[in-house]
Amino acid sequence: MRRAASLIIGAIITALALWLLWVLQTALDMGAGPRLAEQAFAGLPTTGVSNPVTAVLLSYRGYDTLLELGVLLAALLGIWSLGVASPGFQPAGVVLSGMVRLVVPLLVLTGGYLLWVGGYAPGGAFQAGALLGAAGVVMRLAGDETAGLPGIRAQRWLIVAGVAVFVLVGLATLALGQGFLSYPQAWSKWLILAIETAATVAIGTTLAAAYVGGRPWSHAVVGGRD
Amino acid sequence: MSAGLLLIFDLVLVVTLIGLAIAALVSPDVRRAVMLFIAFGLWLALVWARLRAPDVALAEAAIGAGLGGALMLAAARRAARQEAVDGQTDARGEEG
Amino acid sequence: MEQLLYGGAGVILFALGLWAFLVYEPLLRKLIALNIMGSGVFHLLIAIAERGELPPDPVPHALVLTGIVVAVSATALALAMGRRLEDDSGGR
Repeated sequence: MRRAASLIIGAIITALALWLLWVLQTALDMGAGPRLAEQAFAGLPTTGVSNPVTAVLLSYRGYDTLLELGVLLAALLGIWSLGVASPGFQPAGVVLSGMVRLVVPLLVLTGGYLLWVGGYAPGGAFQAGALLGAAGVVMRLAGDETAGLPGIRAQRWLIVAGVAVFVLVGLATLALGQGFLSYPQAWSKWLILAIETAATVAIGTTLAAAYVGGRPWSHAVVGGRD
Repeated sequence: MSAGLLLIFDLVLVVTLIGLAIAALVSPDVRRAVMLFIAFGLWLALVWARLRAPDVALAEAAIGAGLGGALMLAAARRAARQEAVDGQTDARGEEG
Repeated sequence: MEQLLYGGAGVILFALGLWAFLVYEPLLRKLIALNIMGSGVFHLLIAIAERGELPPDPVPHALVLTGIVVAVSATALALAMGRRLEDDSGGR
């Protein structure tokens, strides 16, 4: 019965895939229409950064990135509201902890490098934040229960930092009469860098906290359960 | 000649990508499936580097394969432990 | 040609992921399938952005970058939900 069901589903999905392939081929045959890239490249000198992807993320489509940071925040709030964190792993042995001592600073350093280089070469806030989060994962794997994160008050500030700085910059440009998140040209580079720095910290903290997998406080209170 | 070579290169990239995806999806052991998924993510990053999208390749390698894989590995480990505990004694279930 | 090859790979990944998502039962397998499905969509976008001699289009790249982060946060939330479900229903 189950086998039959999976075969039927397979047949339907094969038909769907063939249809999608046909659609793709027809679309490609119609040739390249106008695309947004030319506009993106044309506006690049006004943004103060020369990496087009960073320009799209933080200048042209700033709203998108702001809402994305909101999604990250919402996901972490969901994780925190679902339960307390499980206890960490047992402390690492000599070799692993020696490696961690070497790797974590390197990850943080590389994260900072990627953040800075994102203005004109591949890199940027997401990659840098991911490296910071990875540093937290490594520390938790080596037995640090909090994944290297600071206390709960500081953690709360850090995870809202990305959205907060983004919105503050948006409101400031609004107050200057430029419109929400449309930066004055002379300041553009530094505003983007400020937003990216805050976003990096927020993304790194959020990802590490998501790996911890539960709210870090009230450990002692609820710990009586087991 | 070089166009043909490039096509072979592309074919190898794509076929390996799809092979890794299938292996990750049908592997009977969940932990192995997660590891294959990480390999899939890293290979995908390689393919995206070939498609001249280095920013996205970096993000996929670090976030998609790295952190996503770490999250799933933790869950797979937990599931495996749960299974072992359930198998041994039903009464002494929970430990975390 | 090359666009069709890479774009077709994206479509196939999407279909494979959808199939596994519907067929397999455990949460972790569904999550892997969902992630591979998403990767197929991302891959299609990246393949369409790359057009031979022109520089690749940065707009889909930015979309995919956003998508990757959202996919991982959704995965983390789903895993936390699964853990909570297991704690509440199983083992007692």
